[in-house]
Amino acid sequence: MKRVLAALLLIGAAPAPMAPVRVNADLLLTTDAPRLADYGLFDAAETPAPGVRPYTLGTPLFSDHAEKYRFVWMPPGRRAEYRAKGALEFPVGTVLIKRFGFPADLRRPMDDVAMVETRLLIHRPAGWVALSYVEDKGGAVLKRAGKRIPIRVTGYDGQPLAIDYAVPNQNQCKQCHMTGDAITPIGPTAGNLNHGLFGEGPSQLAVWQAGGRLAGLPADNWPRLARWDDPAEPLEARARAYLAVNCGHCHDRAGFASNSGLYLNPEETTPAHLGIMKRPVAAGRGSGGQMFSILPGQPDASILVHRMESNEPGIMMPQFGRSMVHKEGAALIRQWIAAMPPAQAGGG
Amino acid sequence: MRETLAALMAATLLAGGTTAAARMIHVGPGDNAHERLQTALIEAQPGDTVHIAAGRYALADGLSLDVDNVTIKGDGPDRTILDFTAQKGEGEGLLITSDNVVVRDIGVENPAGNGIKSKGSDGIALVGIRVEWTGGPKSTNGAYGLYPVSSKNVLIDRTLVKGASDAGIYVGQSQNIIVRNSRAEMNVAGIEIENSYDADVIGNTATNNAGGILVFDLPDLPQQGGRNVRVTGNQVIANNHPNFAAPGNIVAGVPSGTGIMVMANEQVLVSGNHVMGNNGNGVMIVAYTQAFADKAYNPLPRGVTVAGNHFMDNGKAPAFPGGKEIAAAVGGTLPPVMWDGITRYAVPGSGVERAASGGVRSDAAGISLNLGVQGTPSSAAKPAALPLLTIPIAPRAAIVLPAELEARAK
Repeated sequence: MKRVLAALLLIGAAPAPMAPVRVNADLLLTTDAPRLADYGLFDAAETPAPGVRPYTLGTPLFSDHAEKYRFVWMPPGRRAEYRAKGALEFPVGTVLIKRFGFPADLRRPMDDVAMVETRLLIHRPAGWVALSYVEDKGGAVLKRAGKRIPIRVTGYDGQPLAIDYAVPNQNQCKQCHMTGDAITPIGPTAGNLNHGLFGEGPSQLAVWQAGGRLAGLPADNWPRLARWDDPAEPLEARARAYLAVNCGHCHDRAGFASNSGLYLNPEETTPAHLGIMKRPVAAGRGSGGQMFSILPGQPDASILVHRMESNEPGIMMPQFGRSMVHKEGAALIRQWIAAMPPAQAGGG
Repeated sequence: MRETLAALMAATLLAGGTTAAARMIHVGPGDNAHERLQTALIEAQPGDTVHIAAGRYALADGLSLDVDNVTIKGDGPDRTILDFTAQKGEGEGLLITSDNVVVRDIGVENPAGNGIKSKGSDGIALVGIRVEWTGGPKSTNGAYGLYPVSSKNVLIDRTLVKGASDAGIYVGQSQNIIVRNSRAEMNVAGIEIENSYDADVIGNTATNNAGGILVFDLPDLPQQGGRNVRVTGNQVIANNHPNFAAPGNIVAGVPSGTGIMVMANEQVLVSGNHVMGNNGNGVMIVAYTQAFADKAYNPLPRGVTVAGNHFMDNGKAPAFPGGKEIAAAVGGTLPPVMWDGITRYAVPGSGVERAASGGVRSDAAGISLNLGVQGTPSSAAKPAALPLLTIPIAPRAAIVLPAELEARAK
């Protein structure tokens, strides 16, 4: 199904249009361009420029049911370096592109997609820079301070659905993307890329290696993050993948929520840091009156579920990036907690 | 000589250049206030001041600053008002993630989560600020009014926080801290210093909270082993407000009527305070009460000194479990100081038991519940008088903050 779109995005209108656009590598390296079009990443028909390649993740971040299209461009001849943990090490000059759009009807994600914004992570010599371009009449324009955009679609239940979509401001980009003091990519980890493009065919890691775009890939034992929505995968792996992608960028020892002591990055193994029998520290009313982040066997008594199922600022988690509850995601975490064996008080 | 002169001129130029470059960015009330404020905070350069003119700013989203060495200045806590009553997103009213930032002379009303938070800042001064939940104390109010966390060189001065459902002023996992000349009322906890090192809490007023001033240390956190905290010269008066925190939070366990409470921590000095009219304990000193799995954590209070305070009318109606009975056993009114008498704990998973080094000393009347080992419930209390000591208040160096930060906070 998604392959249709893949073809569309890759090939564009099959007969080659006018002159193909060219990526403006110098501009990417030096300037926060006022218009997305200035970078030459896509042509007027939204066809990616040569070298701008799509990639997909096994488990993506939930963004209010937005359809997201990811691309990467690396300077010609350069390769990303394999990393077992965290994002691949992309060379200076790389741009990671994430385009957000909403289909008129969520049940038909390929049709009538209205683009909303395009986020760029550009690797400059001094570090990564995060920029967001919001669709406007004459093309997408740079928006540093964020913006709320009312979206109206038909929901999965066939009813009209209003989404109070929020484009993040520049500081919010950094809050999620910071490791220590530096901005880093989140999505394209080896584990999350170790799936076929659009869920089909060979692993993207293998494809990238074969295409000369990835160096240092070990012969075997590639990490793999489960697909959160694939019921054929183990429940534990799906839940941990979901938490890693939706929470683990902040809830990491080097992330924005380091002070919480709750760490949901894929490598974490200490029960108390995963939230099991962990008491709240600075949750305030976010605790919802519950005693533990995760009370094994009891999703209704687990703060983690309470905060995922809330839409209220001050309670909801993540704190931004969504305006609605991800029911399917919360249901997965409920299922995972319900299946946990009882643990000892104090984290065990 | 010529070289010296050249160097001197270069230095002058450089200094002049810096001053000339420092801008005052003005933002006033009106349409699109959030976008104009957030844009100013993003476009500010180090050295700049963002001036928020008097007026009411209705904001549906939080604000944030990530540029070092910026001052955010209003026209007074009752004149420049950031109104978050209709906040739809973000966990804070204003979030600071950069270094050497001064926020001053503004009011923050009804933030959905915390009022002003700094995360990982080296140099953060919150001065002349009011954070208030205007509907009065409610469990649905945001958690913290002023909330520096994982920060260093923290100054909170001349602030007022009312109505926080957790702590009005909360400094967590930070180092080198002064909280002074501030007022906290109608919060669950007035002022709380948690998992922090080297703090002075000086000259504040904490009144009509459930607990006035707390010094806590909790397990399973990146920074723990709270130590060297001095609580001195404060007015801690009638902190008898019902505790309205959501259950589960650590402050939900603070009994209404608590003046000053020390939990775990090492080297805490409580001196020169006026502690009056608190119905429970004037000063309560306890071990961490819950089970824990963190092998590196020490749940005991060690080296806590209570000396030279003025106590009056405390302990008349203790609300904590067993409080009435204990009060009855000692003549109807609790003495100013109560210690749980926990001196040992079992290191999780090891079978090893550890004892406190340096206990609790008081020059005011007090009792110990003599609970012995961590985790013993207060129903097992065997209350006995604490020895009355004459304690010379050992001079302890005051916390000193970078002069540049203090100058900008004047």
